[in-house]
Amino acid sequence: MIGIVEKEEFVVENPMECEAPNEQVENESVSGNLKYLVLGVLFGIVFVKAEIISWFRIQEMFRLSSFHMYGVIGTAVIVGAISVSLIKKFNIKTLAGEKVAFHPKTFNKGQIYGGLIFGLGWAITGACPGPLFAQIGSGFLAVIVTLLSAIAGTWVYGKFKYSFPH
Amino acid sequence: MLEIIKQPWPWYVAGVLIGLTVPALLLVGNKSFGVSSSLRHICAACLPAKIPFFSYNWKKEIWNLFFVAGILIGGFVGAQLLSNPEPLQIAESTRTQLAALGVQDFSGLMPNDIFGVDQIFSLKGLIFMVIGGFMVGFGTRYAGGCTSGHAIMGLSNLQLPSLIATISFMIGGFISTWILLPYIFKLIA
Repeated sequence: MIGIVEKEEFVVENPMECEAPNEQVENESVSGNLKYLVLGVLFGIVFVKAEIISWFRIQEMFRLSSFHMYGVIGTAVIVGAISVSLIKKFNIKTLAGEKVAFHPKTFNKGQIYGGLIFGLGWAITGACPGPLFAQIGSGFLAVIVTLLSAIAGTWVYGKFKYSFPH
Repeated sequence: MLEIIKQPWPWYVAGVLIGLTVPALLLVGNKSFGVSSSLRHICAACLPAKIPFFSYNWKKEIWNLFFVAGILIGGFVGAQLLSNPEPLQIAESTRTQLAALGVQDFSGLMPNDIFGVDQIFSLKGLIFMVIGGFMVGFGTRYAGGCTSGHAIMGLSNLQLPSLIATISFMIGGFISTWILLPYIFKLIA
């Protein structure tokens, strides 16, 4: 769907910086992208059904009064880590037959400063970026304001990126 | 079967399903799991303003926008079609502490006395939605990822920077909960 002329208009500043990158070489059509919509729907249902989008569950986590969120994130990491190691060990290919690309992350101080700022916001809003979308879908329409503000925060970071310590 | 689905899902079911999102995205289309990058793509698509950080081929990353649109639809399906008829079970200690701070509505997933639409133009809305949301968007991009990109994808790939980021998220959350929130609730009381 991306024409050659369009491609030339863009200069990718630093592709590694795009944190959830598309590494598939083969182009995907709009309908091909519907796969990710379906995965997102399933993911969103889990968010609601396990009450991960609940402000109260996040409060329980930070008040150490429930194991729920620790169990969810811990299990997800274990399942994710086993999956990643199996993909690497057996060199499992993607559906398009490509080699799976992994991205080593390099340390910078942003992970600490930005991480702390996100953490402050996480406990206030009761949401990380994923649950923001699920909260809106589940009917908490005021969270649209939170999402717009999060987009504004992202923009301000991008605009003044080089003024912040990294 | 539907009865079981309608009940809240235990942590181990949710954890396994969320963990499986990592290989699902990798194998379906060589995509690394991450949600906060969608906010960057929205900036790049709507208001790049010649800022280098937003001058990249966001169309190549459009899968991420399909994914978050799916999360929104999934939120609707989960809440409207599969919703649990029972009131939310909240740990007693958290409930007591929040009630002492001034939270009144414990009936749903979010307290309506803070996150209701009628609160948007109040001081509560300014703090809990506008300022809180800004910190989520600014902080995740500054950190290079959120709970999905760092805590789940990054830790699954055994990345030390992701562990550092995850610990920072948690420290920020504890500071916010135990130090900032009492002040905020005094302010809005």
